[in-house]
Amino acid sequence: MTKLPDLTWTRSRDFRAAPFSATPVRPSEWTALAHALSAGHFTLLSLWAEEGAACMALHDADARRVAVARVDAATGAFPSVGVHHAPAQRLERAAADLFGLTPEGAADARPWLDHGRWGIRHPLGGASPDAAQPPYAFLPVEGDSLHQVPVGPVHAGIIEPGHFRFTAQGETVVRLEERLGYTHKGIDRLMRGASLARGAELAGRTSGDSTVAYSVAFAQAVEAALSVAVPRRAFALRGLMAELERLANHLGDIGGICNDAAFAMMLAQTGILRENVLRAAHAAFGHRFMRDRVVPGGVAVDLDAEGEAVIKALIADIRDRFPSLVELYDTTASLMDRTVGTGHVAPDLARRFGAGGYVGRASGRDFDTRRDLRYAPYDMLRLEVPVRHECDVNARVWIRIREVEHCCSLITQMLNALPTGPVLTEVAPVGEPRAGLGLVEGFRGDILAWLALDAEGRINRCHMRDPSWFQWPLLEAAIEGNIIADFPLCNKSFNCSYSGHDL
Amino acid sequence: MRRYLLEGLMRRPLTETAPLPDADAQDQLAAAFARTVRTKLGRSLAIRHVDAGSCNGCELELQALSNPFYDLERFGLHFVASPRHADVLTVTGPVTHNMAEALRRTYDAMPSPKWVIAIGDCAKCGGCFADSYAVAGGVDAVVPVDLHIPGCAPDPTALLKGMVALVERMGSGAEPN
Repeated sequence: MTKLPDLTWTRSRDFRAAPFSATPVRPSEWTALAHALSAGHFTLLSLWAEEGAACMALHDADARRVAVARVDAATGAFPSVGVHHAPAQRLERAAADLFGLTPEGAADARPWLDHGRWGIRHPLGGASPDAAQPPYAFLPVEGDSLHQVPVGPVHAGIIEPGHFRFTAQGETVVRLEERLGYTHKGIDRLMRGASLARGAELAGRTSGDSTVAYSVAFAQAVEAALSVAVPRRAFALRGLMAELERLANHLGDIGGICNDAAFAMMLAQTGILRENVLRAAHAAFGHRFMRDRVVPGGVAVDLDAEGEAVIKALIADIRDRFPSLVELYDTTASLMDRTVGTGHVAPDLARRFGAGGYVGRASGRDFDTRRDLRYAPYDMLRLEVPVRHECDVNARVWIRIREVEHCCSLITQMLNALPTGPVLTEVAPVGEPRAGLGLVEGFRGDILAWLALDAEGRINRCHMRDPSWFQWPLLEAAIEGNIIADFPLCNKSFNCSYSGHDL
Repeated sequence: MRRYLLEGLMRRPLTETAPLPDADAQDQLAAAFARTVRTKLGRSLAIRHVDAGSCNGCELELQALSNPFYDLERFGLHFVASPRHADVLTVTGPVTHNMAEALRRTYDAMPSPKWVIAIGDCAKCGGCFADSYAVAGGVDAVVPVDLHIPGCAPDPTALLKGMVALVERMGSGAEPN
């Protein structure tokens, strides 16, 4: 077997401060990296295509460092990673759809984002006219007394579109196959040639519930590429916004999960708290989701004394009211009956897929970007990362409960030590092509942004990887052996993003 | 749980009401809306929602309409799970090519009379995704639109206002689709 290539590894405190360069590797070395991923030496952070090349970002958890490897694909093909390491499969299928690069040896050659409706093929590669595609072939399922239940893309609730193909034996699900890509908006190509301001606009609209996290990831990549020194107050305000976003999402979802177990009272109660967070965000930062408030170079709005007071009052209110909701969850036996033991995600799967956020942490994966690949302002804060080992819906609810409590602590810590000074610095092109990497802990998990800029500071390539890429496949595993009626519950406990995944 | 149920009985509702002439905009809106819907539709308007490619921001604000502050159902408006049960179709997002057929089929499955509300800046013309190979355009590129509610994302009050406008237009005799 080929020796592992010497990659340029970068520690977390360094890669956000300086341009990032991918290490060129030979195809045999690329495959050796795939084997190393499969053996669990590294975690796959992402895999994407560029013009005539494929890249993958790797995380070395023990040494807390990251690297990007690039293999030449000028011939239109590169060795498949997915054939050795399953988490890369859908990323490779997406790369093939967008750039026309073939992952050689891949087990699954079906298109993923391309449903044959764009009018063109390989929009970021040669952009050839569309040829008629055969109907999408779902994986075959064989056995006695099986029936299929197709669901979506239009769902019954007010949620995003996607298709789920259940195969069930009686009530029990024997296989779920997801088909996504319905919300594909072509963000990767819209990014190409865009200015940084336009890039920030698109990044903030990639996944609506994580607009702050995406904006921070994009800004980090820009600031690393162009070596921008961001004012300390801007970091603190970004932290405040990110934690408010996390708080709003967790509160909404805790109620949402209970609601999917027909316990509507919890949704009404957490819905009140969530609405209060959004109103406070609007009062403090001028937008309920704080969209477009984080920009490359800092933040677009400062926080005044009034805004500070609003956030303080919000946190006091949540601290006052949340504990009795936790007690309500913990003491309602009929609810626990639904959540305990449902939707089991094996720890080994969570580790192999590098599942971020509460999906990973409820299955024993002790990882949080804010702690393990630290960035400002979290390097100045006391951070606790809850981890559980029950791997079920209940464990994912408890991770979120603990994170709500911890968000309150982080926000208080930040408000108590808010630096003064400017909140925005100029971002200027440097006259040479540069690349940068951003990694941020959104409420769902780690969001990666890879950015290559040209000499004038325009975007050559921007790849953003939502945490859902590594969580959607685990949902298929989690529902196996459960009843179809428990799918909404399992699905909500994951709450994967469609738009962030489909781009 | 008993404590919450008891509190629910004892405490004043959180729902923002008191529709006095000089109260804030949302309260006036609530009163106007309740009146109009009651007259025109006998307290019932069923809404079906389709996300045709949005970033999910507009969905979050639509969901907020059901929280105790806005309590959409007090106006007789409620979201339904099937297009067969719906009077109004709300649609968000730039309509992606991958969702265009699903949107059209949902619309076709609704019984007449029916109305369509396009929600959010992207639903108008595609918004910041307008020039993409993957985007068909605004909602009216695929189904006829009766009303557009702008915003990125429109907040729940803006959504309520928009629905009032639609109901009032229904009252003035505008022909549905």
